[in-house]
Amino acid sequence: MSMVLNEDQVMLKDSARDFCKANAPVSELRRVRDSQDPDGFSRELWQQMVALGWAGITIPEEFGGFGFGYGGLEVILEETGRNLVPSPLVATVLLCATAINLGGSQAQKSALLPSVAAGELLMALALEETAFHQPTRIACSAKKESAGFVINGHKNFVLDGHVADKLIVVARTSGAVDDANGISLFLVDRDAHGVSVLRSEMVDSRNAAKIGMRDVHVGEEALLGELDKGYEILEKTLDVGRIGVSAEMLGNAQEVFDRIIDYLKQREQFGVLIGAFQGLQHRAATMYSELELCRSAVRRAFSELDGAQEDVPALASIAKAKLSEILELISNEGVQMHGGIGMTDEFDIGFYLKRARVVQALLGDAAFHRDRYASLNGF
Amino acid sequence: MQSIEEFRASTRAWLEENCPASMRTPMQEDEVVWGGRNASFKNPDSKLWLERMAGKGWTTPTWPKEYGGGGLNKEENLVLLQELQRIGARQALNSFGISMLGPVLLEYGTHEQKAEHIPKIVRGEIRWCQGYSEPGSGSDLASLSTKAVLDGDHYVLNGAKVWTSYADKADWIFCLVRTDFEASKHSGISFILFDMNTKGVSTRPILLISGASPFCETFFDDARVPARNLVGTLNDGWTIAKRLLQHERTMISGFGLSAKASSRTLDASSVEGQAMQARSDSDKLSDPVLRDEIARYKIDAEAFAFTSRRSMEEAKLNKGPNATSSMLKNYGCELNKRRYELLLKALGTQSLAWASVNQEDFNADELKVTREWLRSKGNSIEGGTAEIQLNVIAKRVLGLPDMPMLTTKKGG
Repeated sequence: MSMVLNEDQVMLKDSARDFCKANAPVSELRRVRDSQDPDGFSRELWQQMVALGWAGITIPEEFGGFGFGYGGLEVILEETGRNLVPSPLVATVLLCATAINLGGSQAQKSALLPSVAAGELLMALALEETAFHQPTRIACSAKKESAGFVINGHKNFVLDGHVADKLIVVARTSGAVDDANGISLFLVDRDAHGVSVLRSEMVDSRNAAKIGMRDVHVGEEALLGELDKGYEILEKTLDVGRIGVSAEMLGNAQEVFDRIIDYLKQREQFGVLIGAFQGLQHRAATMYSELELCRSAVRRAFSELDGAQEDVPALASIAKAKLSEILELISNEGVQMHGGIGMTDEFDIGFYLKRARVVQALLGDAAFHRDRYASLNGF
Repeated sequence: MQSIEEFRASTRAWLEENCPASMRTPMQEDEVVWGGRNASFKNPDSKLWLERMAGKGWTTPTWPKEYGGGGLNKEENLVLLQELQRIGARQALNSFGISMLGPVLLEYGTHEQKAEHIPKIVRGEIRWCQGYSEPGSGSDLASLSTKAVLDGDHYVLNGAKVWTSYADKADWIFCLVRTDFEASKHSGISFILFDMNTKGVSTRPILLISGASPFCETFFDDARVPARNLVGTLNDGWTIAKRLLQHERTMISGFGLSAKASSRTLDASSVEGQAMQARSDSDKLSDPVLRDEIARYKIDAEAFAFTSRRSMEEAKLNKGPNATSSMLKNYGCELNKRRYELLLKALGTQSLAWASVNQEDFNADELKVTREWLRSKGNSIEGGTAEIQLNVIAKRVLGLPDMPMLTTKKGG
């Protein structure tokens, strides 16, 4: 376990920072929003990211990936978080490629992972059914039929659901709603007969779809992992996702914090730089301290993902709980400390606030993860 | 030159042979070894363990061999710490000489000063106390007014210190005194060492809200101190004073580490363990608000421990303690205070007794919580208040500007 980045990570981080700065600053998100881009991201920009190897960063070399490990995604997500880069990284690479890599058969991996790494396949995880993260609350059903399964149900808040070529649908094959047992994962084509997709534009100018499935027929080969045992793969995937999203949140929080500090050193009132006021200095120092803890929580979790993988669920909940709590604080201070200009659409800080709330809710908010952490620790 | 793995093997073998069994059990509060002329050892194994560790210089593993230290490089030191941790070994010696004075004496002292004092710190023969705060100089430490006037080859000291930890038990003191009365406040301070037995030095313990007296007032009335005991440059003691404060913060920040990462099984002595005993009849704490608060505390404590570790690894790559020591000190103290507030909530009125009538109404552990809760309030005052630490972070780490009217004042 190392609490500092290794040389390869530092190099990758530098190149990701340069790339985002040159090609995908916040103005890119603003452009996507204002042009009402139907995809919600630039496919051209995505192909540039693919060319840098980002789509295959966690995918093993034998399946066409880069085999860098999760630590590669750690530094990329921090930089895309800093710049609010809209891209399929989270849905396709962080979540779906992870699920396939963890639970897929050799045939499924060979069929799908190289396409993901090559930037030819976009995917989405169709999990939530309510307005909250409740990964066992699955009513969407998949019933066995002669040649496979028939799926019926609704999904909510499916990131990139409207552009994905393929969905991983979390469905119930046995048991009652809220049972972890009896959940299975299915690979479903988005344009399969019976799948309806409603794109919703979220507050962060990104996408999340509502997806309906009515009598969607899939073959045996669509089952990802074992029947009824999908939750094991799902939970591991979600923990990787939580840790990855925490890295994105770290980038968001760090950028807002840096902008706050810059502003405190520029803005004058009452004849002095406002950064000289102790009331603001102490709030800044408190945020700095919390941000240091956030950075450590993220690094610690990633070091475990690429290491012994012994304590991942607790470390994922530590990271996601801490980042959700502190990003809320910092994103609010970002607006407050900039004063009136922070409330204007012209100024970027509001974009960070909007993205903050979406990633806070994504894969479990602070309260969800404190509850999970308490259970994991036996109290 | 032996390889690091050979070093690990020989260290492990040596510890196996030399660390007494009772020194591999959790430290009891009344068995902490502070050393000194009047050192007492409640457990005779503590004395043996100290002598053996000091013999190798491992009470101060990275200090130079020339002065009795272990002479280990950082990598070897890490291995030693890991091996000590592996067998759950107690700290052989705990002292302000090790955590505060030694590092700055090695950096700023003359060869003669190091040769005189460092070996005695290593062996725990002299117990040191810190003469910093004064009745009129708390957070504004540099305004201190204890006078030292040169008279031949001695300085004559007059003044008073306060909050001197264990001054009544210490043998020597490292002390900030004013040697130039005309210069601005930061520029006329010197750093000097002297024996607490010097004529004219006296101490008086201070009774705290917790009922304990770990601190003293210390008085100097025409105390004559050899001038050769002045460390560093005359009138430039503030440089040393600040350096030492960084070491002190690093030490105090360790308080928050007591809540270290667990093995994910309920530990009966932890906050949540005690809360479960007092307030639950199932596998979950019955009060959801308290449960959430404890989880938040524990998550912060773990993230803090990760940060301390990261800070250590970064220091290994770069240099010694830096301004982030203020952050660690402050956060560690706040965590410790939170821990005790949570214990009070977990235990209810059982944690609010001052004394026991018959040992059955309140047990020793409960009474201890009350006193330690009160003691913890000092964590964010001693070694620089929370507010001072936040000032230091704002200015030195974040580079935020000073308020102009404060900097135009003399010495500000």
